[in-house]
Amino acid sequence: MKALLIARRELAGYLRSLSGYVIIAAILALNGLFFNAFALGRAAERSATVLSNFFYYSSGFTIVASVFISMRLLAEERQAGTLSLLYSSPVRDRDIVLGKYLAALAFLAIYLVCTIYMPLLVMVNGKVSFGHIFAGYLGLLLLGSASLAVGTFGSALARNQIMAAILTSVMLVALILCWLLARITEQPLSNIFSALSLWNQHFPPFQGGLVHLRDVAYYLLLTYVALFGATRVLEARRWR
Amino acid sequence: MIQVEGLTKYYGEYAAVRDLAFTINKGEVIGFLGLNGAGKTTTLKILGCVLLPTSGRVVIDGYDAVRDPHEVRKRIGFLPDTPPLYDEMTVGEYLAYVAQLRGVHAGEARSRVLEAEEKTALREMDGALISTLSHGYRQRVGVAQALVHRPAFLILDEPTSGLDPAQIRGMRELIRSLKGTHTVLVSSHILPEISETCDRLLIISGGQLVAQGTEEELARNLGGGSIEVEVRGEKAKALAALSGIGPVSVMQEDGALLSLQVQASADQRPRVAQALVGAGLELLRLDRGTQRLESIFLNLTRSGGAKQEVAS
Repeated sequence: MKALLIARRELAGYLRSLSGYVIIAAILALNGLFFNAFALGRAAERSATVLSNFFYYSSGFTIVASVFISMRLLAEERQAGTLSLLYSSPVRDRDIVLGKYLAALAFLAIYLVCTIYMPLLVMVNGKVSFGHIFAGYLGLLLLGSASLAVGTFGSALARNQIMAAILTSVMLVALILCWLLARITEQPLSNIFSALSLWNQHFPPFQGGLVHLRDVAYYLLLTYVALFGATRVLEARRWR
Repeated sequence: MIQVEGLTKYYGEYAAVRDLAFTINKGEVIGFLGLNGAGKTTTLKILGCVLLPTSGRVVIDGYDAVRDPHEVRKRIGFLPDTPPLYDEMTVGEYLAYVAQLRGVHAGEARSRVLEAEEKTALREMDGALISTLSHGYRQRVGVAQALVHRPAFLILDEPTSGLDPAQIRGMRELIRSLKGTHTVLVSSHILPEISETCDRLLIISGGQLVAQGTEEELARNLGGGSIEVEVRGEKAKALAALSGIGPVSVMQEDGALLSLQVQASADQRPRVAQALVGAGLELLRLDRGTQRLESIFLNLTRSGGAKQEVAS
């Protein structure tokens, strides 16, 4: 499968470049600081609340990590001229996009694995269920998956990595802010905006340890739509 | 066989390639010549299935490049104008990746890599990181990635650009060594770099084909041949002796030593020799004009440019 071949090379690229480690290290450090200051720092709380707070902060950092991880995917290939290698090889455009996205997802998963010491700390000193941790991480992975897919789309559109990061941030912020639009619009519209919102309606259940099918479906659908868009952009690029 | 018919590519309003048509037979080494901006890279990108044409047809081994791009891609090796290299990989890893990307089985990839490294003299660089390679080596790796999957057709976009004279000679020898096993289309904007290597030349200007053929054919059809001679003797006598063959110009005059240029094709050399010796002059040197092809090329591309201006 060509997508896996591309994913393997891309992941090796992350692991060999300094920037990959810098992204993980910086975001892990910030996440740890927030965990210490806000999730643990308050007066005595129930363990489940602390864990919920951890997932609350982590969701923000997951989105930020996704922007930085995905910005290089296709923009860098274009910048370095290696995209013509993929274009001139018998590989479908959707395999190129899928390979790139899978590598980014694997790298994000490495980041998420690195954060697991925080819920384990809560577990050692308190009482939380494995189910809660599992649900939270599933939510982070799904949120990350959707953000990475949007990032892949942004990276396909942009000429360089910085533009890719900016474009992706704009799209993700717009998706998050759908929640504000939902508050000021009338009924049918406000429901739609609320359902579209990247974070507000769909993430909090995971944070509290609940897995709803509609939230899983939302993140998977967003992932699919964004990757589909990225594929179309790659196809269109062959015209110029 | 590569067949190109009516190939046209517009970038917005601008036509980079217009109504291009040519045929390349199996086993040929073809030079694709044009000044910068003539449409070479665009044409090669279309042949390499990187870019889609606005109209026209490219058929490679019976497969249409627009309708069956995958079949075409399996049969071509493409070196773009900048070699598509991943800096963080070693040469061996990179070539193995490209081989698999182009459909070579994972188990067979390593032996293909060694084969490609053998052909491009990269054997000792197998473990070197691509980011540490010099420009000449990067260009070589670019050629190696184009032939690692044993394609029938190689499309090389300016493989000699930015190389020093020794490296250019090395690249020329490399391309010559590919003759027989591959059909090669190699582009350049510098004529002498490819004129000796190639069986045939295609000359493009303003997005259109202005001439094609062997060096000799081009020179003959365009009447651009010249012969240079160096003689000792009277100038008037020499000019009179050569006047029957073609227009003569004096290139250099140093006492009785004369350098002359006769506008005539190279096969007139025996007549020139006879005429000069018959007139009692000492013939010191007799040669084909060296600037001949270069000037043909420039004339062609200039007139092509003029045509384009008239058309627009």
